[in-house]
Parts: sequence; C-alpha cells; structure tokens
Amino acid sequence: MDIHEYQAKEILSGYGVPIPTGGLAYSPEQASYRATEIGGDVWAVKAQIHSGARGKAGGIKICKTQDEVWQAADDLLGKKLVTHQTGEQGKVCHRLYVEAGCNIDREIYLAFVLDREKERVTVVASGEGGMEIEELAVKKPESIKKIAVEPAVGMQPFEAREIAFALGLEKQIVNQACTTILGCYRAMRDLDAMMVEINPLVVTKEEQVLALDAKMAFDDNALFRHPNISELRDKSQEDPRERRAADRGLSYVGLEGNIGCIINGAGLAMATMDMIKHAGGEPANFLDIGGGASADRTAKAFNLVLSDENVEAILVNIFAGINRCDWIAEGVVQAVKEIDLKVPLVVRLSGTNVEQGKKILKESGLPITMADTLKEAADKAVAAWKEATGK
Amino acid sequence: MAILLDENTKVIVQGFTGHIGTFHATEMIEYGTNIVGGVTPGKGGTTHLDRPVFNTMKEAVKATDANASIVFIPPPFAADGIMEAADAGGIKICVAITDGIPAQDMIRVKRYMRRYRAEDKMTLIGPNCAGSISPGKCMMGIMPGHIYMPGNVGIVGRSGTLGYEAASQMKEYGIGVSTSIGIGGDPINGSSFKDHLVFFEEDPETRAVVMIGEIGGPQEGEAARWAKDNMSKPLIGYVAGLTAPKGRRMGHAGAIISAAGESAAEKVEILEECGVTVVPNPSSFGETVKAVLEKAG
Repeated sequence: MDIHEYQAKEILSGYGVPIPTGGLAYSPEQASYRATEIGGDVWAVKAQIHSGARGKAGGIKICKTQDEVWQAADDLLGKKLVTHQTGEQGKVCHRLYVEAGCNIDREIYLAFVLDREKERVTVVASGEGGMEIEELAVKKPESIKKIAVEPAVGMQPFEAREIAFALGLEKQIVNQACTTILGCYRAMRDLDAMMVEINPLVVTKEEQVLALDAKMAFDDNALFRHPNISELRDKSQEDPRERRAADRGLSYVGLEGNIGCIINGAGLAMATMDMIKHAGGEPANFLDIGGGASADRTAKAFNLVLSDENVEAILVNIFAGINRCDWIAEGVVQAVKEIDLKVPLVVRLSGTNVEQGKKILKESGLPITMADTLKEAADKAVAAWKEATGK
Repeated sequence: MAILLDENTKVIVQGFTGHIGTFHATEMIEYGTNIVGGVTPGKGGTTHLDRPVFNTMKEAVKATDANASIVFIPPPFAADGIMEAADAGGIKICVAITDGIPAQDMIRVKRYMRRYRAEDKMTLIGPNCAGSISPGKCMMGIMPGHIYMPGNVGIVGRSGTLGYEAASQMKEYGIGVSTSIGIGGDPINGSSFKDHLVFFEEDPETRAVVMIGEIGGPQEGEAARWAKDNMSKPLIGYVAGLTAPKGRRMGHAGAIISAAGESAAEKVEILEECGVTVVPNPSSFGETVKAVLEKAG
C-alpha cells in the first residue's frame, strides 16, 4: 500500500527525521493560509499523488508570494498528473502540501528496500541526490553505497556512520544524518514498510539535514497489525477496476489489450497471457480468481473483465486442483446467462472433474467455444477476437 | 528415490483441526501420505481424523517420531508456527502453504533457521505455495495428486497451477515426475530454486529438472548460474510474465518487476546464457522436456 508524501513525512518525523515546516491544503484558500502560518518568503506547493517524478509532471510549484501560492493551488487541485510511474491514465490531485522553501547546499539519495537477494532490509544511499535510483544505477553506480541490516539486532549506529561518511558529509552534519538514517530504519521495521525513500535528503546552507521528499510503501500482508496505517489508504489514487477487484477478493491488473482473461492461479494467469501474445493477440488484463471459485465468484469475475470496454473476447482457463471443473462450468453458464454476453467466449478446462465440466458447457446450448489445451485456447481466443472485430 | 519427501516421510499437520487443515489433511491421507498427527494449541490430547492432536510441535515429534510438517496456520501466526517446527528437533522439511505472511516475518524466520547446525537444519518450502509431491510416495500440499505420474523429471516452480499445467503436459508425453517442489510466490521464500537444484542434482532417480519461474526477484538467474558451473543434469526453464508491465504486482506478492534483471525477457536471456533449455511458450513444456530427455539419451 502506498501513502502520500505528507503522510510519510508525518510518520518519519515521529521517528526523528527532520522535515521542513508544512501543512495540508484542500483548497487555494487553505493553501495561502498555510503559507501565512508557515511564514518566510518562499514556499513549495506540492501535488499529493501516489507517484514519484511529480516535479517533471508539473506537480510541484515554487512560489514567492501568497498570490502565487493561491494560483498554484488553484492550478493543481483536480488536475490529472501523468508521470512515467502513473501510466497514461495519470492520477488526479485532490490534496496539496504547502511547505517552507529552503537553501539547498547538497542533495542526497537515501532509501530502505526489501532486498530479495539478501533477504534483509538494505539501505541504499548516494551522494548524488535528485536523480532516480534507476538513473543513478546506470550513470553513477560507483556513488551507491549499500548495507544489508542484520535482522536479529537491527541497524546499528556504526552502520549509519559508515553511510554518512561514505556520502562525504561534513563531520558536523554526520550526527544529524545518522539520526535520520536510523529513524527511517526503525520506521521501516516497526511499521512493516516495504520501502522508505527520501529523495532528496538535503543539507541546507545553514547546515541542517532535511527530508525534502518522502515516500513509503507498506506490506499489504502486514496491515492486519497496523490499523493506523490502513487508515492512510487513499482510494482515489487506485485504479478503480483494481480497487473493485480487491474489494471482491479477486486479484486483477488492467492492461492495454482486447482479450479478457479469467484464470485460476497467478503463474498460470501470466503464462496464459504470454500464450495469447504468442498467438498474436494482446491480453486485456491479469485476473486470478483463486481457489474455491464458486458460481458467484465466477460471475463477479466476468463482470469485472467486461467493465473494461476494450475487451472484445474472453478466455477462461482453469486448471482445477482444489477447484472442480463442474463447479466452474456451472459458474460460467450462470454468469453468461445473467450478463447476456456479447463478446466471443473461449473456455479451457483441465484437471479435476474435467469431463463433467465440459458436459455442462456443451449441454447449456450457449455459444461457448471449448478448448482442450492451453495452445488451442489461446489460438481460438485470438481467432474469435479477429473474426468478431474484423481486425 | 526422490528428493526431500518419500514413503518414509512422517508428517505433522500444523493447523490440523481448522477447516482448511482438515480438508487437505483428508486429501493427503487419501493419497497415501503418512500423516501421523497434528498440532493445534489448546486441543492437545484429542484426536482428529483418527490421529492424535498435540499442543506443541515438540510433543508431537516426541510422540510420533515425525520428520516433516505442513503448515496451514493463518498468516498472522504462520511465521511463529514455522519457527516452532524448526526448533522441534527432528523436523527435516516443512511445507508452508499459507499465503499472506508479512515479508518481515519471513526475514525473521530465515534468520532464525540459521541458528541450527547443518545436520539439524530444517528445509522450509514455501510459503504461499501449492506444496510438494513425490508421486506415488508422498504428497504434502493442496495439488490434485492424480495429475502427477511417477518418473524421473524433477519440477521446481513458484506457481501451483502452472506447475500442474507442466506436469500434465509431460504426462501426455508419458513423462513422469520424481518430485515436484513449489517454492511459492512470495518475495522471500524458505528455500530457493538453487537449493532444490542442489537436491535434484544429488538424486540418482532424477534425470532432468524443469524450473518454472516468473517475473520479480533474482532467483532464476542465481539458479541458472549455479547450474552452469555445478549441474550435470539437463535443466529446462520457463519464466512466466512476458506481458507483465513494470511495477505492477501480478497476483503473487513476489511477482513484481521492481529492479533491473527482474523482467521475464531479461531472465530468459540469463537462462539462455547459462545453457538452460528455455521452454519457448507455456504450451510446450511436454515437447521440450521430451526433446531434452531424448537428446540426453
């Protein structure tokens, strides 16, 4: 689960990470009032969306007067921002964070990630702040310093010092930097975060360390023990189809193609999508209906797939283990009857009770194309799609 | 022979008396797995499915001489149960079926398991997997046992149903399985592809190994590089998710491309560089394995 910058800053601030003075605003009036409260003569008005690279998308505006703050807020609120992380559909800004400006002397990159190779939390830091880590890894790989934290004892102060000195920080700055590094680690560990990223962490001309941006992502599997984090969820930032799927206990990812997919198991779903591509088509979605797929659940899956108007054919591929093909077949028949399906449907059943399942589909009299193998299923789905659309 | 589980495997079911534990324990008993008892804290002293129930893993191992456990404990408590199995003494393999264990719990589990000497160490398989099976000998999992035919090809994969697909395609060609291991779809697994390639390489009954990977994480590359230098048996590989976009989680908690080298195309490239025979598309598991076996003679 992702959260907003201002939420991450509030959390990290509680762990001793210094942040600039700032406040939340939902309207231009609130934004300009915030600027008065904060004081000073330069402010950053920042769009709160779940994405990095907001600056390049015009989501961060530096203002020198309160009128400018008002104007910037008016421009940003309700605006759709498109970054390379949001995809074409972009994300709409509904909240702003107004923050005091500062005199930046140097920028640092600091992140904590779940390192799958080492199976530990790893700190990644670079003296070259401002750039994204992917860019850093290509352009300045030698500037990246990494330490994998021993989970039994947690991060130690000497490890934070090693990083601070490796970044070439002045000695009067090192202690401040260590407080920040250790604070981020504790937040990551205590709150089951999957990622904490401060980019940039700046040192000001007044020799103060400040987290200018902050990003946190949390482990969905651990939210059961962090109700205070669940509360920070902002549904307006999620893809509406994926949100509906999650609310129904289905795992769905919307894509760009035209062939809708309903499959059991994540690996088989990915493989079936690959097979559609191999057969000359493009999958419209990833959808895993999971184990115990009842008729009701199957119907929900159909509705979800069809809510994407690009879908011009549907492929159902089920390898029944704990599922039974006859249950699935009944679910398909019921769903097709209920929703008055207008697009061609190809169904491939395999595994437990496959013969009964096929029989149910055949005897339903519905226009369902059957397939025995994965290849046949993908070929038939692509052919049916081409025939139906003339593409 | 097979790897890790066979006719001598005596299994304790952790989370035995729950709805899911009961259902799958029944299926496993039907398959012929030697389930010797179960653990549900607070229900010790009772019997369930004609087998004794214990309060703790230590009691269970002492009373039954069990050497394996399978975990159906709900996610918040599963890591605790796995560590209890590791510490019970005598449990050599533990299959964790549970989906949804927090990643940091798994970090702790992996760290905890390192405290034992090599000969006392438990091999953890999963979590978030369909389990493992040595066809005709022992099934520890939730898979449909009948699709696996006994034979000489090892399977190790992340996904349950895609593993079924591969096994059933092989069966069509008359190719059976020595052992099929599901390492699970989580970002941190109890054991890796490489760990199981080591076991398969040592198993005289296994002639070739099929590795079924997917997007996310560095494991497929690590395994392929190990195989290149250390494996005498042919390795056949597949990586699911060629159409998966970057940064989106594809069902499994671990199936997300978040760093360089984690996409299917990049992994396939590494596999090919390491001399692994790559299954060109997911409908050709059967014919690819057949061709490799014929070539190996």
